[in-house]
Amino acid sequence: MRRVLSFRYLRELVVVILLPLTFLINARLSPYFLDPAYLLSDTSQYMEAGIVALALTFIIISGNIDLSVASNMALVACVTASLHARLGMPMGAAIPIGLLLGGLLGLINGLLIAGFRLPSLTVTLGTFALYRGIAQILLGDRSISRFPEWFVGMDYRMIGPVPLPLLIFLTLAILFALILHRTLVGRWLYALGANPTASRLSGVPVRRVTVSLFVFSGFCAGFAGLMMASRLNVARYDMAMGLELDAITAVVLGGTDIFGGRGTIFGTALALFLIGILRSGMGLANIKIEQQLVVIGALLIVSIALPNLLQRRRS
Amino acid sequence: MRSLARFREVGVLVFLALVAAVTALVEPRFLLPSNLRNILLDTPLLMIVAMGMTMVIISRNIDLSVGAMLGMSGMAVGMLFKHYPGFPVAPGVLLGILLGLLMGAVNGTLVTWLRVPAIIATLGTLSAYRGMIFLISGGRQVDPNDVPLALIRLSQTSPIGIPWLVIFALSITVAVYLFLGYHRRGRAIYAVGGNPEAARLSGIRVNATIFFTFVATGGLSGFAGVMYASRFGFVNPAQTGAGFELSVIAATVIGGTQVYGGVGSAVGTAFGCMLLAVVSNALTITGLSGQWQLAVYGAIILAALLIDSLIRGRLGRAAEETA
Amino acid sequence: MRRRLPAALALVGLIAVFAAGCKQEKPSAPPPGASPGRPATGDAAPAAQKYRVVYIPKNTGNPYFDDIIAGFRQASGELGFEFDTVAPASADAASQIPFIKQQIQRGVNAIAISPNSPDAIKPALKEAMAKGIQVICVDADMPGHEEGRTAAVLPMDFDETGKSQIELMGSLIGYKGEIAILSATTDAPNQNYWIKGMQETLKEPKYKEMKLVAIVYGNDDPQKSLIEAENLLTRFPNLRGIIAPTTVGVAAAAQAVETAKAADRVQVTGLGTPNQMRRFIQNNTVQKFALWSPKDMGYLCAYLIDGLVKGTIKPAPGVSFTAGSLGERSFRDKNVVITGPPVIFEKSNIDKYNF
Repeated sequence: MRRVLSFRYLRELVVVILLPLTFLINARLSPYFLDPAYLLSDTSQYMEAGIVALALTFIIISGNIDLSVASNMALVACVTASLHARLGMPMGAAIPIGLLLGGLLGLINGLLIAGFRLPSLTVTLGTFALYRGIAQILLGDRSISRFPEWFVGMDYRMIGPVPLPLLIFLTLAILFALILHRTLVGRWLYALGANPTASRLSGVPVRRVTVSLFVFSGFCAGFAGLMMASRLNVARYDMAMGLELDAITAVVLGGTDIFGGRGTIFGTALALFLIGILRSGMGLANIKIEQQLVVIGALLIVSIALPNLLQRRRS
Repeated sequence: MRSLARFREVGVLVFLALVAAVTALVEPRFLLPSNLRNILLDTPLLMIVAMGMTMVIISRNIDLSVGAMLGMSGMAVGMLFKHYPGFPVAPGVLLGILLGLLMGAVNGTLVTWLRVPAIIATLGTLSAYRGMIFLISGGRQVDPNDVPLALIRLSQTSPIGIPWLVIFALSITVAVYLFLGYHRRGRAIYAVGGNPEAARLSGIRVNATIFFTFVATGGLSGFAGVMYASRFGFVNPAQTGAGFELSVIAATVIGGTQVYGGVGSAVGTAFGCMLLAVVSNALTITGLSGQWQLAVYGAIILAALLIDSLIRGRLGRAAEETA
Repeated sequence: MRRRLPAALALVGLIAVFAAGCKQEKPSAPPPGASPGRPATGDAAPAAQKYRVVYIPKNTGNPYFDDIIAGFRQASGELGFEFDTVAPASADAASQIPFIKQQIQRGVNAIAISPNSPDAIKPALKEAMAKGIQVICVDADMPGHEEGRTAAVLPMDFDETGKSQIELMGSLIGYKGEIAILSATTDAPNQNYWIKGMQETLKEPKYKEMKLVAIVYGNDDPQKSLIEAENLLTRFPNLRGIIAPTTVGVAAAAQAVETAKAADRVQVTGLGTPNQMRRFIQNNTVQKFALWSPKDMGYLCAYLIDGLVKGTIKPAPGVSFTAGSLGERSFRDKNVVITGPPVIFEKSNIDKYNF
């Protein structure tokens, strides 16, 4: 049992060790890296992906996946911006509608998956195309940037030394961790991912949990989409393109099993910072984006393959 | 479950005919030989790679790295032609396939021997291969005048009038159809995807079977990469193959292949590829802007899934009734 | 001990991965005087020390921007500044922001940028300017957001682009017949401005027998551009010419005409780079096309930056300066500098160009 335990948290352990290591290497790579003010403000670049990754941690632990999150972000941002800029609705009224829309888009995913018993991978692949496609029909490649002053520039708002997006992320991370690790719903999610049939038999309301989960993920994605619109001061159909892959990378690197049943919010958050800091360090050293891609791709594979390999050697 | 696959093949074909008929009514020029030729030329790249993807998905895996493999082999072979003008085309194509096989073998090794889940392994190699395209090319594209004319002609003519590219794609489809349907190893892929444990007990080498599907997909993607250079006359490090995995998976799923493994057919996938090509052409020729394409693709995927679900429900009930 | 072994090995493996990715480049400059914790930002370059310039194109792997970079490199050799270029993998709205912020943190003296989304990057650019960094737009400006940059270097007088394209096409088809335009995206500001110019020009009596039958958009995606071009040939059997005012589009249009063997009836022209078009010129698919020199544009921008950083050029409309071997240039309205008239490429001169 102890041996199993040591492997259980090995993946989180890897990230814990890698984080300071990344700091060290980055500091050596570039003399401009070790600047707390810069590192703090740089987090704003990946907090939207972070919030989506938190929700995806739930989804993946439950044995599902949601590829539509980034498309959801774009659609919510585009619709909210259109309501305000084209229909003249006050931003304060458009935002709740945008958030509701995010939840609704998640509901569609959830109903298709739980109601028709379809695999989440293909359903959300379909909505991945559909949602961004609708945003594209709506805006073409025009962009909307007429937001009110109070809405834009979230990343320049500081609470003390901490930028607002980081603060929001940390608050949500604590909240999500409490839900996952301290409530019945959290236990249901693990049960669902570990063995759906057994959990159904033991009284977990599988369909309801699944639908709510996707509504929740859609809502978080909508929120992240509005955060991104605030940071960029613009809504375009191609915003957040490919962000779902960044978020999934963070979740999996953080130790969540892609087939469900295990994972922690702590691991996801840590992996998110690891990737973000790694990227900004390499960027500061003017390492080309394509080399960054190779490093992150290799990191993802090695972090999973190596423990597997070692485990196999020993058994 | 075979009846499901058969039903789906017919279903996609009917839908394909319907889209074509409506488009032809709205815009008669859809039926012009030159336009049909355009559709014919838009399908092969997708079809070649989708044949590999069909096998991978039937075995209950997925390969997200196909677009990157396509770009990598296209770039490598393109650079070969660029730096050694006059390099003969046939060995160039073979090298592209070999490189693809190699990349596929890396994926297969990760998934089988190192037990990395396919979606994660190929997500990783997607970034890694894409990055390597930039590393080998220095971020520069292979321009049209670097691509040998003999290669470009493959997608323009052949002795019987139909471009070689189309003939290649159809031959590969037929080969995969025969392999999956009638070859022992092909049948083993279904067994592995349907129930890995049962397959292992019945003496099928599960890992070897899965490894084979990834290697085959790599090889097909590598071939498609060289054909990309033939069809488009250039290879770009950022654009060639970018996002291609989504079209490929979409075509496969629309063709009736099930992501939980064990169900799917080469013919269904081929029809799925044609459907995507026809829809894309219909949107363009009726003057509906390309803006609609993404949303329509998404809607078709969802429609195909819903139909699957409904049929499955009915088949399930029918089975209960006869029991 | 046995339990720690896997972790230790995992670590070793990961370090190897890092090292493999990181060894490529050393920090490009010694930290400028200040302690590593607080880098100097944008002070005028001390005489003893080379100043640093970075160029951020729209995305990587685009041959057009490679030529601008070549111009920068040539000028950096002449002027002795330190030049670097970084770019995002995709050209979406947010992709340039982290790169701008990293360069601010690196304390470069000037950022040249070809903006993807002026709205999205303006705050970051203003932050750079506030730190004393010179910000120059290259190739495309930020209309309505001019306060986010010091000056802009644009390819040519855009009022002339549309007119010259129509004249070029007219001369190829005897000023008679159906023509179509294959553009970039529906929202591309430069292309839309030129297309408006083309439509204005077509109203002139000289061009009254030329008829614009369609404007289609290939999104600067080679695959989509090719399909759009092939569809033009199908939809308009009497088509005489395709104008593609974008480098991706014109290569795709030429490829479509070559594949359809339609070069004897359909003329292709537009804005393209010689390397992308060489084969089509050599096999007579395309007679003539045009482009300004992206390399000159990079070169000019580098000289402008040199003057701005050293304080010898004070940007204001009407002020002129000398840009190395290019000669004299002057600021127009809104501190815009124009590179020069386009070159017309044809069989007789194309081999003189390599970009």
